[in-house]
Amino acid sequence: MENEAGALSRVAGLFSARGYNIESLAVAPTEDPSLSRMTLVTRGTDEIIEQITKQLHKLIDVVKLMDMTEGPHIEREMMLVKVQAQGEQRNELKRVSDIFRGRIIDVTDENYTIELTGAGDKLDAFLQALDKSVIIEVVRSGVSGIARGDRSLTL
Amino acid sequence: MELTGADIFVQSLKEEGVDYIFGYPGGAVLHIYDALYQQTDVQHILVRHEQAATHAADGYARSTGRPGVVIVTSGPGATNAVTGIATAYMDSIPMVVFTGQVPTHLIGNDAFQEADNIGITRPCVKHNFLVKDVTKLAETIKKAFYVATTGRPGPVVVDIPKDITAEKAEFSYPKKVSMRSYNPVRIGHTGQIKRAVKLMQSAKRPILYTGGGVILGDASESLTELARIMNFPVTNTLMGLGAYPATDPLFVGMLGMHGTYEANMAMHHCDVLIAIGARFDDRVTGHIEKFCPNAKIIHIDIDPASISKNVKVDVPIVGCVDNVLKVMLNEIRGNDVKPDAVALKDWWQQIDEWRSKDSLKYDRDSDNIKPQFVLETLYRLTEGDAFVTSDVGQHQMWAAQFYKFDKPRRWINSGGLGTMGFGLPSAMGVQFAYPDATVACVTGEGSIQMCIQELSTCTQYSLPIKIINLNNGYLGMVRQWQEFFYQKRYAMSYMESLPDFVKLAESYGHVGMQITRPGDVEGALIEMLKLKDRLVFMDFLTDKDENVYPMIPAGGGQNEMILV
Repeated sequence: MENEAGALSRVAGLFSARGYNIESLAVAPTEDPSLSRMTLVTRGTDEIIEQITKQLHKLIDVVKLMDMTEGPHIEREMMLVKVQAQGEQRNELKRVSDIFRGRIIDVTDENYTIELTGAGDKLDAFLQALDKSVIIEVVRSGVSGIARGDRSLTL
Repeated sequence: MELTGADIFVQSLKEEGVDYIFGYPGGAVLHIYDALYQQTDVQHILVRHEQAATHAADGYARSTGRPGVVIVTSGPGATNAVTGIATAYMDSIPMVVFTGQVPTHLIGNDAFQEADNIGITRPCVKHNFLVKDVTKLAETIKKAFYVATTGRPGPVVVDIPKDITAEKAEFSYPKKVSMRSYNPVRIGHTGQIKRAVKLMQSAKRPILYTGGGVILGDASESLTELARIMNFPVTNTLMGLGAYPATDPLFVGMLGMHGTYEANMAMHHCDVLIAIGARFDDRVTGHIEKFCPNAKIIHIDIDPASISKNVKVDVPIVGCVDNVLKVMLNEIRGNDVKPDAVALKDWWQQIDEWRSKDSLKYDRDSDNIKPQFVLETLYRLTEGDAFVTSDVGQHQMWAAQFYKFDKPRRWINSGGLGTMGFGLPSAMGVQFAYPDATVACVTGEGSIQMCIQELSTCTQYSLPIKIINLNNGYLGMVRQWQEFFYQKRYAMSYMESLPDFVKLAESYGHVGMQITRPGDVEGALIEMLKLKDRLVFMDFLTDKDENVYPMIPAGGGQNEMILV
């Protein structure tokens, strides 16, 4: 979409005005500074997804749109988790983090901050694997998506 | 040459060929008003409330096909305009609304008369722009007109901070505009058009269901030709009235909640439905699960998002309606397949049987003035050639039912948003566009009071509008629903302390008449039409208990009508 003030609120406004749900939304400028790329995750029947697609197309700030789920694609989301890490817990948390290919990127006597990247369900699984009582804070970036192979979303 | 933003604004309007701009001044737009003052090409029309400015521009746009143009000040000027912007948005009317804004350095500071005009109007515009750089002003105005008038038309707001109108920049108006993210489709898909033609030629019980898109897309002639070649019945939506000549035998009347019995029954029983520039509104479909149960549906529309939004369509065609219909006509003429004449004969026989129910009948021997009779008489005396604007409610439905529009752009009403207060200001816009035409505003004593201050504007500009006030002392449509669905508990639907409309009209310098007996209706209307140069306020005291029939109650199917 056009990298302009108000573009994001047009998309967000469309979803709330028409009663669609935004599960996650990630947006940032691209290599062309006049364009932003947004990955939006939503849920609905085929008819609702068709209607969402058409309505988004109508927004004048939306330059091009692709339904990633129409073909093979890659979804990635980044998560930072701050956990209590004391005594025995420190080794256990390191192990679990390794299993999920996470990285500990900040360490204090009291806690770890773990960085983890993957599809949304992998991040969910990691949180499940942790003892709830140790989780201090979770921040997720929202999903970014790209099509596999030759398919691409470019101008 | 370097010009101030205010002069660039005025020059840009001239480049767009704008003859009228409807508005109301205020602090944030004073530079612009000063520039408007110093020229004569663009005439500014001073209304009495910003809502009326937008409705007047809207009426101008609906009757001419050219975009309506509005200017209002920041804050309350802009918020007052919102109802009119939303009205135009729901009916896809091309309009460019300029709103003043506080100076750029004060934006976000809760400055005097500041409102977030872009945020407030976002959900009810096709697009909006905030101009933050005077060098972009001309280009932005060009884009605004381009977006408003192309594709599915709609209102566009341009928010201009006051400092931008004082700063200077080199002026050159762009000849063309291109926007990489906005490329409306024009031409329909030929393969789909062929499929549609095949389906139409095989139809046994077809119907053409046509809406406001036919009028907006100037496709009435093509539609008329198509219907006549195929011998198919035609029904218009409320927004589509006039798209097909109402006096033509193929016309079965308006459809929907207060449509004719024959139109709704034909819809319900059709096997092929050809929807053209219509959007399957809930007032048309009734209960969506019961809608056209046996029909294959063809849908022609310029907006892909209108297709399969409410009702699943079998043959979607995206494109300009007129363009698609012309290709369709060529295709029909080009192949040798003839419509199924035998089946169509049976179908017409069935439709005539439904027609014979005479679903618009009313008591012609009443001692009270029947609103239907007033409108029938108005139709007869104006020879069906007036521009008719309306407000919202019972009178709107009666006008739609009893004034037979043979031409497009003659019936001006707020169909989508249903905005009371629309009638009088929109009539002003029409009268400016057609100074010599008869412009009748059909209204009720509830609606007219929502923008009655515009009687003053009509005095200032000597607008000879004919106001037909169907005064039953009730908010009639509300009262009708309360009678039917709330056991006659008439909560707040009775208007006490009505003004003396005759004196009120006279106080503004207009002519007022009150008509209380059925026998006086015709004579009074003749007298009204003789007063060519005067605004005449006709206060008809009509039957208080009259209801709009037929009616599909909310949640009913099209075959479940309440008849008189």
